[in-house]
Amino acid sequence: MSILVNKKTRLVVQGLTGGEGTFHTSQMLQYGTNVVAGVTPGKGGTSYKGNERDAFPLAVPVFNTVSDAVRAQAADTSIIFVPAAFAADAIMEAADAGITLIVCITEGIPVKDMVTAYDFIQRKGVRLIGPNCPGIITPGECKIGIMPAFIHKPGHVGVISRSGTLTYESVWQLTERGIGQSTCIGIGGDPIIGTRFVDALALYNADDKTDGIIMIGEIGGTAEEEAADYIRKHVKKPVVGFIAGRTAPAGRRMGHAGAIISGGKGTAAEKMEAMRDAGIHVCESPAELGDTMQKALAKMYKRKVSVSVARAVKAKPKAAVKPKPVSKKKPVKAQTAPVSKKAVAPKKKTAAKAGNKSAAVKKKK
Amino acid sequence: MKIHEYQGKDILRAFKVPVPKGGVAFSVDEAVSVAETLGGSVWVVKAQIHAGGRGKGGGVKVAKSIDEVRTFASQILGMTLVTHQTGPEGRLVKRLLIEEGANIAREMYVGITLDRACSMNCVMVSTEGGMEIEKVAAETPEKIVKEYVVPSAGFREFQARRLAFALGLTGDAFKGAVKFLLALYKAYEATDASLFEINPLVVTKEGTVIALDAKVNFDDSALARHPEFDALRDLDEEEPLEIEASKSNLNYIKLDGNVGCMVNGAGLAMATMDIIKLAGGEPANFLDVGGGANAETVEAGFKIILADKNVKAILINIFGGIVRCDRVANGVVEAAKKVHVAIPIVIRLAGTNADLAAVILQESGMSFLVATDLKDAAEKVTRALGA
Repeated sequence: MSILVNKKTRLVVQGLTGGEGTFHTSQMLQYGTNVVAGVTPGKGGTSYKGNERDAFPLAVPVFNTVSDAVRAQAADTSIIFVPAAFAADAIMEAADAGITLIVCITEGIPVKDMVTAYDFIQRKGVRLIGPNCPGIITPGECKIGIMPAFIHKPGHVGVISRSGTLTYESVWQLTERGIGQSTCIGIGGDPIIGTRFVDALALYNADDKTDGIIMIGEIGGTAEEEAADYIRKHVKKPVVGFIAGRTAPAGRRMGHAGAIISGGKGTAAEKMEAMRDAGIHVCESPAELGDTMQKALAKMYKRKVSVSVARAVKAKPKAAVKPKPVSKKKPVKAQTAPVSKKAVAPKKKTAAKAGNKSAAVKKKK
Repeated sequence: MKIHEYQGKDILRAFKVPVPKGGVAFSVDEAVSVAETLGGSVWVVKAQIHAGGRGKGGGVKVAKSIDEVRTFASQILGMTLVTHQTGPEGRLVKRLLIEEGANIAREMYVGITLDRACSMNCVMVSTEGGMEIEKVAAETPEKIVKEYVVPSAGFREFQARRLAFALGLTGDAFKGAVKFLLALYKAYEATDASLFEINPLVVTKEGTVIALDAKVNFDDSALARHPEFDALRDLDEEEPLEIEASKSNLNYIKLDGNVGCMVNGAGLAMATMDIIKLAGGEPANFLDVGGGANAETVEAGFKIILADKNVKAILINIFGGIVRCDRVANGVVEAAKKVHVAIPIVIRLAGTNADLAAVILQESGMSFLVATDLKDAAEKVTRALGA
């Protein structure tokens, strides 16, 4: 039902006792995230229950180092709320301590520091999400980040985005249409980020509970082009995309350090074209993300149903009626309908072999 | 952060990267006195603005006498220089760099920046100096030779040698180039730069390698540890509204359109600009009020947007996460009462406490156009512009 994080995730908060760390940890605890430790150098051995404004439902043990937290509490994932000047160091500390997934929220880390930290985590084989990102959430199970929890709903669409509030926007559009999410990741708006679109796409592609993917890019760099290439080659699930910054002028940094068109490269037009070429449903307007995904899912579920119908027909002619056409108006329900993925496999061939007209006709729609 | 060429060259000089002798001048008399101090028989008078393409725009002149220095300096100082990077309005020249002339034998290119695809710094050279490097990259990419810097090893001598050989250099020029490149990378690292571009890098007829131009940008995120760069900031090169916005911790960029917008989050702000365009308007600005939007930030945002006389409508788009929509709504109402707003305001508030916010806006008695979602917001902006 998810990628990277779930109910079993054991989280350590780096910078737990600071203002940001306290507020967001209380939010994460309320959501049910398994926060097992905090790290604040010099406060090891104590436990922390938040402050008057943000009281924790339970006390979190505090350690001096991430290594201590890993040893004592078997923490496997960390979230970083450390100020920019010290954040790269915090990333490397977590990687060195044996943490396997690091989520860095901090904005404004000097690029030089991130060049070093990126190199360091590569050597350790650790996955980093961010920096300068809202984090990751598996709705209903685990929230590791600063996103508003209530806009999410458990389900089967994966969301990846370079932008925070634009992620919320697309998630909300899905939820309003009754479409839930498997896992949502804000990969961050910096020039150097740990998890890129291609990395997240590979995970969603392999996750059999993710049926569709929303990918939101923005101007600058070439990550969206790389992602489009990957999608063309490997991803059969419907992907809905948008690129923010079509109206952005060249040479100006649009808020995010990474959102800048330089040397005529990294424009929205280029990225949208590459994505369209790869078969991605590219939205002209961010207001269309939810509708576009709804349609893409409906089309896919219909196809899957018709294929399974065709298979059923082949095996047992009378069974053809059985998997009720899963719903045309509300594809949401289709997600939970008993359409076994195993029964789908090579779609086109099966349908053709079945020689069933109605199946073939349905498919064309 | 961008700095002037003469400031960039001062930094390079401090790191023993060879640059021509020269000095800055703020007046014609100063220009003459810099030239006289330099001595020699040829000087270059260069306009100092934060934009490239100055030569083509008439901002760089070679003077063969002190009289010519005076003539050119008086021509260039105070002129509005238009280049492909300044936009049609151009930039007023207030500073000059006066340099000794160089005997150019060959013009080449060297640049250092981060390659985002591999998260490593990249040092690149090209034999095609003096040209726009973007053009070279697009038309003859084989003429750009790159070396990537492994962080733990740094930029190595063998890499500098490979680049110098790739430039076809021999003898003293080769040795000079290797030293030049190593010193240049050292300066790049030490200053937390985000871009170094030396175009042209020249070999003189005497066989020395020097930086004839210097484009230096610093990483904004690292400025906190370089207080010495504060003095290099030239406020004349910045948009006054942007300076004002930065005082209120707002991330504002002025554009040329007619619809002002106020948004939280950089991505959503860009997306909102795109929506305005799709709705038939033109965004007047990029404005990210950040994660802590409250009455003060909203008021400051209003003032800045309204100071731009082209603005015919305003779109406020806030997705409340940590930011609570009711607080933003209160801020909007308070600000709109204080600041007289005579143009239509479309407001779309979603997320935390959006329903409370809707009530606040409705009961304010002000004529806000409240939008339910993004699509609705776009349509309301279109209508507001048509009216």
